[in-house]
Amino acid sequence: MTKQAQHTKTKRYGMVIDLDRCTGCGACMVGCYAENNVPFRKDETDKMLSLNWLRVFKVDNGKPFPDTEVCYIPKPCMQCDGRHMEGHSPCVSVCPAVATDYDEPTGVVSQIYTRCFGCRYCMAACPYHARKFNWWDPVWPADMEKYLNPDVSVRMRGVVEKCSFCYHRYQKARDKAYVEGRDEIAENEYQPACAEACPTRAITFGDLHNPEHEVYELSRSKKAFRLLEKLNTNPKVYYLTSKSWVRRKADNYLEGESPADRKPAHKAETASH
Amino acid sequence: MSTQSDNQPVPAENRASGWVIFVFFLIGLIASLISGWIAFPNLLYSTQQQPIDFNHKAHVAQMDCSSCHFFRDDGSFAGSPTLDECKSCHMYPMSNDPDEQKFIEEYVKKDKEVPWLIYAEQPPCVFFSHAAHVKGADMECRTCHGDIGQSTSLREYQENRLTGYSRDIWGYSMLRLGEAKHGGRHKMNDCAECHLKETGSKGDCFQCHK
Repeated sequence: MTKQAQHTKTKRYGMVIDLDRCTGCGACMVGCYAENNVPFRKDETDKMLSLNWLRVFKVDNGKPFPDTEVCYIPKPCMQCDGRHMEGHSPCVSVCPAVATDYDEPTGVVSQIYTRCFGCRYCMAACPYHARKFNWWDPVWPADMEKYLNPDVSVRMRGVVEKCSFCYHRYQKARDKAYVEGRDEIAENEYQPACAEACPTRAITFGDLHNPEHEVYELSRSKKAFRLLEKLNTNPKVYYLTSKSWVRRKADNYLEGESPADRKPAHKAETASH
Repeated sequence: MSTQSDNQPVPAENRASGWVIFVFFLIGLIASLISGWIAFPNLLYSTQQQPIDFNHKAHVAQMDCSSCHFFRDDGSFAGSPTLDECKSCHMYPMSNDPDEQKFIEEYVKKDKEVPWLIYAEQPPCVFFSHAAHVKGADMECRTCHGDIGQSTSLREYQENRLTGYSRDIWGYSMLRLGEAKHGGRHKMNDCAECHLKETGSKGDCFQCHK
């Protein structure tokens, strides 16, 4: 862990996604592709070969019509804090090249493409499948190369890439603050592309440490949960839902593995945790 | 097995041949040093001249650095001025300087941007914030770029043939010794060295990478 610069106040940027609001339209994915120069293939029918930093998953309650319920789960990188909130996230701890690291001032898990040599340990370690491997060099149709975002470097084949919470937007917001002589940036100055693209405003983004930011209250609400909390990865992406079956799916246990199964007396307590 | 022969004294002619080996070693060493320190750098870097010459000293006498190299309202740094900014003064010749004549004939009249060669251009994976350094840390331009404001002509631009980066990134000393001259030495370790000294930390990866 590196020492903090004196003037920076540690932040913990995080996201709250309201699954009750998400319609599964995929605007967040489109916004992410365009913003982060994510390459796509001519034929995207095989989703196993797709690269995406943010993917909308579809889950259902498994019941036949008319009881079927569907929920869409947009899933970016969870930017895990690690068990003791010290940045010991699964991917950072296995990377042999220090290509991925925990950014102390913001809590974002960084990925440096020029440092990555493509061993894909991080992909094996990530329980959320947030990381994608470039099997090919990106091919941009026609003159699309001119439309690439200059603030995000384009990746080559053989490296792993993932969501960065649009960190370049944070850097740009900081630049503006410097020029205007401010120390802090406002909540609306740094918003990732997916949060801006969402038409139902299901995605809220901000500093989880700052009580003035919307995510502070939302992440502490009773409806809030995180994916696979049993793993203690401490993700900074929270989900809100009023449906209990969605919560169960998000932290799924094998049969007999759940603490709720083992200690039925504490069932109510674990559910509200 | 051969311990007996090892203990025998070395014959006189063998000692002489030791000198011969040393002389050949010395010749080889000098030859490789010449190729490594003189021939290789000349092969590695191609040299180009700027499209037109520019006198910083003459301009600085009449205006600030920030008149041409300014910050935009969104916090980004403008870098080299565009044709529009130059034109605001140089629509017509202001002196008898041949480079100014050339600038007006070839660029202003044809409405063409000057293809300046950027000495300090960083690789595309680098995020460098001028705002953080100039506004945030109150640094002067010359700390990183050298005393370019006092120069009367532009120096040649050298480009690494393998990487396509400017020589200023590696620096002019192959051993990378001494203080940054002409604004040379802009590698990651040079940034980290200063950051460690000034802020107590080399900084996290995402501070300078994108």
